[in-house]
Amino acid sequence: MKQTIVRSVNELPTYGFGSRTGPWWGAMAFIALEGMGFAVAIAAYLYLYAVNPKWPINSPPPDLWPGTLATAVYVLSVIPNELTSRWAHKLDLRGVRIGLVIMSLIGLALLVIRGFEFAHLNARWDLDAYGSVVWFVLALHTTHLATDVGDTLVLTVLMFTRHAKPRRFSDVTDNVFYWNFVVIAWLPLYVLLDWTPRL
Amino acid sequence: MSDIAREPARDLRDNKLEQSELAALLLEIWRTPSGWLGSLTSVDHKVVGKRYILTAFAFLVLGGLLAVLMRLQLAGAERKLLSPDLYNQVFTMHGSTMMFLFAVPVMEAFAVYFVPLMVGTRNIAFPRLNAFSYWTFLFGGCFLWIAFLFNVGPDVGWFAYVPLSSLQYNPGKRADVWAQMITFTEVAALAVAVEIVVTVFKQRAVGMTLDRIPVFVWAMLVTSFLVLFAMPSIVVASTSLILDRLVNTHFYDTASGGNVLLWQHLFWFFGHPEVYIIFIPGTGMVSMIIATFAGRPVVGYVIIVLSLIATGFLSFGLWVHHMFTTGLPQLGASMFTASSMLIAVPSGLQIFCWLATLWDGRPVYRTPLLFVLGFFAIFVLGGLSGVMVASVPIDMQVHDTYFVVAHFHYVLIGGAVFPLVGAVYYWFPKITGRMLSERLGRWNFWLAFISFNVAFFPMHILGLMGMPRRVYTYTPEMGWDHLNLLSSAGGAAFAASFALLIANVVLSLRSGALAGDNPWGASTLEWATSSPPPPYNFSRIPVVTHRDPLWAGGGNLPVVAGLSVERREVLLSSIADAEPHTREASPEPSIWPLLTAIATTIFFVGSIFTPWSVVWGTPPIAIALIGWFWPTGSKEDEE
Ligand code: HEM
Repeated sequence: MKQTIVRSVNELPTYGFGSRTGPWWGAMAFIALEGMGFAVAIAAYLYLYAVNPKWPINSPPPDLWPGTLATAVYVLSVIPNELTSRWAHKLDLRGVRIGLVIMSLIGLALLVIRGFEFAHLNARWDLDAYGSVVWFVLALHTTHLATDVGDTLVLTVLMFTRHAKPRRFSDVTDNVFYWNFVVIAWLPLYVLLDWTPRL
Repeated sequence: MSDIAREPARDLRDNKLEQSELAALLLEIWRTPSGWLGSLTSVDHKVVGKRYILTAFAFLVLGGLLAVLMRLQLAGAERKLLSPDLYNQVFTMHGSTMMFLFAVPVMEAFAVYFVPLMVGTRNIAFPRLNAFSYWTFLFGGCFLWIAFLFNVGPDVGWFAYVPLSSLQYNPGKRADVWAQMITFTEVAALAVAVEIVVTVFKQRAVGMTLDRIPVFVWAMLVTSFLVLFAMPSIVVASTSLILDRLVNTHFYDTASGGNVLLWQHLFWFFGHPEVYIIFIPGTGMVSMIIATFAGRPVVGYVIIVLSLIATGFLSFGLWVHHMFTTGLPQLGASMFTASSMLIAVPSGLQIFCWLATLWDGRPVYRTPLLFVLGFFAIFVLGGLSGVMVASVPIDMQVHDTYFVVAHFHYVLIGGAVFPLVGAVYYWFPKITGRMLSERLGRWNFWLAFISFNVAFFPMHILGLMGMPRRVYTYTPEMGWDHLNLLSSAGGAAFAASFALLIANVVLSLRSGALAGDNPWGASTLEWATSSPPPPYNFSRIPVVTHRDPLWAGGGNLPVVAGLSVERREVLLSSIADAEPHTREASPEPSIWPLLTAIATTIFFVGSIFTPWSVVWGTPPIAIALIGWFWPTGSKEDEE
């Protein structure tokens, strides 16, 4: 077809932050579908809870300390996470590097705590339906956590190489954004796993 | 020739370039690398979309062959073609192949090909994820079929109810194969859904405001949201099933506090929206075809779009209607009956809009439109039997009979396959540059339409006569043989109509009339570029000022200038009013999506045999993903 140029986009930037980028919307979509995954898992838990007269079925509830400790770390992690985001928006490479290293260490620490959470569930997955569903929920969140920690580690390394271009700062803010979701997704799971069996 | 073009300046733009020069430069950066290795790295949505479409149709043929086998078996009483065990595998394979490897993927495949063209961008969002999605789908489908060839095909029905599918009643690997095939296809579908959402939200051409989005794109957007919110449920279901079978969990084991109805809830929470995931894209195709062949914009655009959205929401309120016979609380059953009937409203509204469009336009009865008219007839009948089974007392009677088999084939084939074949006739010229034969097309249509009804209408009666579904044979005393024979004859003729379609495709590829850019005089952007479109889709990104841009412009396309011709770049714009704000890099070809899909396949298939695959299967995936995302120093990466 014959074309007529009616407009120029010469001056537009080649990267942006937040909702002005494709990857941010991609992260949103993944948050939606993973959030739905958690919602379904919670629903399955509650369904089994509702159909069983005794809950937990054959075991004591999980020990409280690992989940509670983890929850504290999640909540506090929001602070360095937010700082990392600010540094990234300012294209402050040094700050971003520090922030990412801290976030990587927090992520690894949470994975270690996660090991204790599993060990203190007080029910094996093959004990009964209760054991199955708590392992399932916790494993689902572990996959989610491990993926994000892996992503953070790679990004951290990347920011120490020559590839640390302006566009990568936008990736850092997406990583920050996603971490907030990891934290928010955990809170209802904490209540579900550690407190529902005590009702 | 401009001087800028010759200078190796870092940032060459398209502003001052002549068409031919611009096209050559764009081709150089956007083309898929040559050679077979190069073709494996392709991230072009059209290349991937074409592969997706072809693969989905290959699965249609395979699923269709199984259908023919079943009809041969059932053509008379006590025939011995298929053993009972093989029959169980065959109907399960047929249903699973049709639903998971054909109907859903083929719709997504059309979206992968056409949504970027219709919204006027150069590639889909996350093109590497798109390539990964295709490979995952392909490997998942092959996995199911290879298992079937080794007599490990699933035999538990396409919804694999527990306890039939639990280890106790299904030792061996058949149900595991089913569960993992689900995981494969859901991963693939979720990936495409994410891409479509982001493409539609962020990559629309300048000025394509929300009320100028083509109806098919709306339909795919709604479908993608259904996928995002429905599929996680089936992933939870299939994973928990395989865990029960593999590592001894007790989700569905009543003796240890599990519950079998949990499966039905999880399955149908996905399964009902699934029907709309298949049907909504079909209605999107119908709207596009009707507007073009009526020669006027579709009547009630806003009503149609709102109906699509309403259908999407309502489809989540319906799942329990598949479970009426499980003994639900009275009030619950009434509510779900009401919502089952309610969902007929938006579909009805759409039908009125289409009829009004045809009424008010000057319809040209070419093959695509014929298939749409066939869709009307069949779908309305399917809707009628649907309203019947939505009522609990009737459902109690006909549940698990051939009445239901008739109903869902009317809905699925009427609602999705007829529009789809119409869409093939409609868009084939764009994809290949050649027209399909109109004469063969008419034969194709009439054969399909008549034989479809011959094949499936008698099943209603058989169902009312009490013939249950999923039986490998029946005795002569039942008096079911005449109708079954009729149905089988119809089924064979219906299969032949697809042979005709394939013949038409093959012949037309070689000697069909050349199509030109816009053979139907249609109004949407995919027709503004050449047929087949070049790798970069549009040499300049269109500016949209009207809902039907090609009818408004008078042969002239307003465009923007200022994009790079040195690296792959797409234009991002704001969600509501499509104001451009960023020139974002678009990824180049890469082999890593394929390698990631291979690693994923090893992980999924391995997990059927040992839980340890989770341990040794993860590192390869992680490595492949790092390879995928690590910058290569290309112009796309370094900005
Ligand atoms: C040549 C065309 C087709 C014929 C002759 C055919 C025939 C049949 C028959 C006879 C059954 C019932 C098997 C039984 O209950 O024993 C069946 C089941 C089914 N068909 Fe088709 N079919 C065709 C096309 C399709 C298409 C295009 C779809 C989907 C888009 C589809 C989806 C299904 C599903 C989901 C089932 C249920 C399987 C189960 O019970 O697990 N069919 N088909």
